[in-house]
Amino acid sequence: MSETQEWTTTIKPKDKLLSVDFKEMWRYRDLYVLFVKRNITTQYKQTILGPAWFVIQPVMTVIMYMVVFGGIAGIGTDGIPQPLFYLSGTCMWQYFSDCLGKTSNTFVANSGLFGKVYFPRLVTPLSNVTSNLLRFSIQMGLFIVVYLIYAVQGDCPACPTWYLLMFPLLVVMMAGLALGFGLLISSLTTKYRDLEILFSFILSLWMYATPIVYPLSMVEGKVVAGLDLYTLMRLNPVTPVLEVFKHGALGAGEFIGWGWVLYSFVFMVLLLFFGILVFNKTQKSFMDTV
Amino acid sequence: MSTAIEFNHVSKQYRLGLVSTRTLSHDLNRWWTVNIRGKEDPYLKIGSVNDRSKKADSEYVWALKDIDFKVEQGDVVGIIGRNGAGKSTLLKLLSKVTGPTTGTINARGRIGSLLEVGTGFHPEMTGRENIFLNGAILGMTKAEISKKLDGIIDFSGCERYIDTPVKRYSSGMTVRLGFAVAAFLEPEILVVDEVLAVGDAEFQEKAIGKMKDVSSGEGRTVLFVSHNMASIQQLCRHGILLKNGMVEKVGEVGEVVDYYLGGMRSVADFNRTGDGGVRVMDTRVSSGVLTLGDDLVVEMDLEAFRDVDMVDISFDIEDELGKQMAHVSNHDDQYKIAHMNAGEKRTVCCRMKNINFAPGCYTAAIWIGNPYSTYDKIMGCIRFRVEQNGVFIKRVTPYCSYSKVVLQSEWN
Repeated sequence: MSETQEWTTTIKPKDKLLSVDFKEMWRYRDLYVLFVKRNITTQYKQTILGPAWFVIQPVMTVIMYMVVFGGIAGIGTDGIPQPLFYLSGTCMWQYFSDCLGKTSNTFVANSGLFGKVYFPRLVTPLSNVTSNLLRFSIQMGLFIVVYLIYAVQGDCPACPTWYLLMFPLLVVMMAGLALGFGLLISSLTTKYRDLEILFSFILSLWMYATPIVYPLSMVEGKVVAGLDLYTLMRLNPVTPVLEVFKHGALGAGEFIGWGWVLYSFVFMVLLLFFGILVFNKTQKSFMDTV
Repeated sequence: MSTAIEFNHVSKQYRLGLVSTRTLSHDLNRWWTVNIRGKEDPYLKIGSVNDRSKKADSEYVWALKDIDFKVEQGDVVGIIGRNGAGKSTLLKLLSKVTGPTTGTINARGRIGSLLEVGTGFHPEMTGRENIFLNGAILGMTKAEISKKLDGIIDFSGCERYIDTPVKRYSSGMTVRLGFAVAAFLEPEILVVDEVLAVGDAEFQEKAIGKMKDVSSGEGRTVLFVSHNMASIQQLCRHGILLKNGMVEKVGEVGEVVDYYLGGMRSVADFNRTGDGGVRVMDTRVSSGVLTLGDDLVVEMDLEAFRDVDMVDISFDIEDELGKQMAHVSNHDDQYKIAHMNAGEKRTVCCRMKNINFAPGCYTAAIWIGNPYSTYDKIMGCIRFRVEQNGVFIKRVTPYCSYSKVVLQSEWN
């Protein structure tokens, strides 16, 4: 046995591409739990309304959509009551964009901490995605309450379908996509801050490329500049997730098809894989560039 | 004894200046040369030696260059050097905060770093919550922390405020709490950077004691960076002196500290203020190491750069914590320099008698001026160490490090 084999830690300039230490991540599971707790307990400290903001935000957004898109622009909602239609899309999208925003900011926001102590950096975005679930579930609760109000009144065209059983998978896909994109962006922004500026408006444009304020059925058959918009829209990996949710919960539109769900899922897996690789490579050297 | 840490030709390169379009072009060039043409990274060949005072001739600089040493298990090693010598970079590499550019570091056992105490404290959370958070950041599991919780709270001395948000703590209390968590972390290798500069004397004593226990009692390896030569000497067995990113000297701690203090004697190495009417060109100290009760003799070469009336000289002697020990002035001793012509040179000698400071390291600042203005002021340019012996005073018990001076006493 040569002495080099006994070393427990070896620090080298460059590691093999595939060197994510999952065993180490498991050792830090308590840190993950504590980070989740910290994120939740400190989010609305020293605000008067506190967690009420979780509810106020989507309500205001939905009212705005009802005025602008439903009222002024007169965009249809597949026959679903406007508040329900917009609320379902907003809640889902909000979770996605929260996770993406937090994850893509990982290195810049935590540079102080990362510069002093080593722990698997992946713990931070993972805990953010998890703690955002609290907000998401409160907003989903709001959605259910509004839904029940409509149901009690009777004569509501919205009706859940069996596809709603895919809901847990949809949440995982949302989180996975947000995490994957976020990890890639956070790795790139450590060096080139241009991307931060670019990213902030891409995120707001992305929302309009996702069927939130309009139903996907509206796009069918529309061709712009020789491109089939319907296909393009479905290539957006977030679209199938939202569509399945809307169809499952409200019975809105048609089921998008298993092919597209599979596409979105594979996209998510590949993105996540690639994102983790790049993130892992960046965490070694980011302190020198941030 | 086996080796606990091994540095194999470790280097770390940094890029100077701002990130700009040059960064992108260098990145593209680097990527092209390494990945497409399969050649060596073109920017690794260049890079200047890390000397902060000289203007850089390259955009790249070696913060550490070819560092190569081994640390035995259970050893306590002090890393010393001037600001920017690469001490913190070295510890950062070891604690995996950043990766080396070339070379490898091997270590045996868990590495715990104490680069800055209280890292990751959240101001809105209570002391207790922060103990858990901070402990987990440092690599402890929840069960481990729960087991040590009472010890940590007790050691920090913050029991009364433990359920108060940390934002209401004084800065000293935050440091105490942070150090307490870190002190109870039980890694095989502990990396410590300048934690003792904060906190009051009582806490410092406690912290040093804890670190001693960790190294001697429990056989752990400690790497300790500090500017405080007294605590380096008190704690460490070996020393590593870094200069401009390279290892200058390795050896017994006393030897390395002496070498370092000796090398610091050139006044050109220090920052100075004043209008430059008279400048200290050189200083000579009788000895960098005094035995308790010796005289300290300082000789200064002065040069006037314009005609000046009244040249007053004073020394401010401080201990390594920055607390003033003594003020010595020519004025008080009836020694006067009434006038100096431009270009005039003069050597002044001052003998300070019976230095009875408690053993440790001291620095003195030189001030030259008149009652209205300062000609020249050099901080900390005279350094000396006081060691104990049995001539001046015979002590059976070790000197208590709280006390600043040693008094000769007679008993009847």
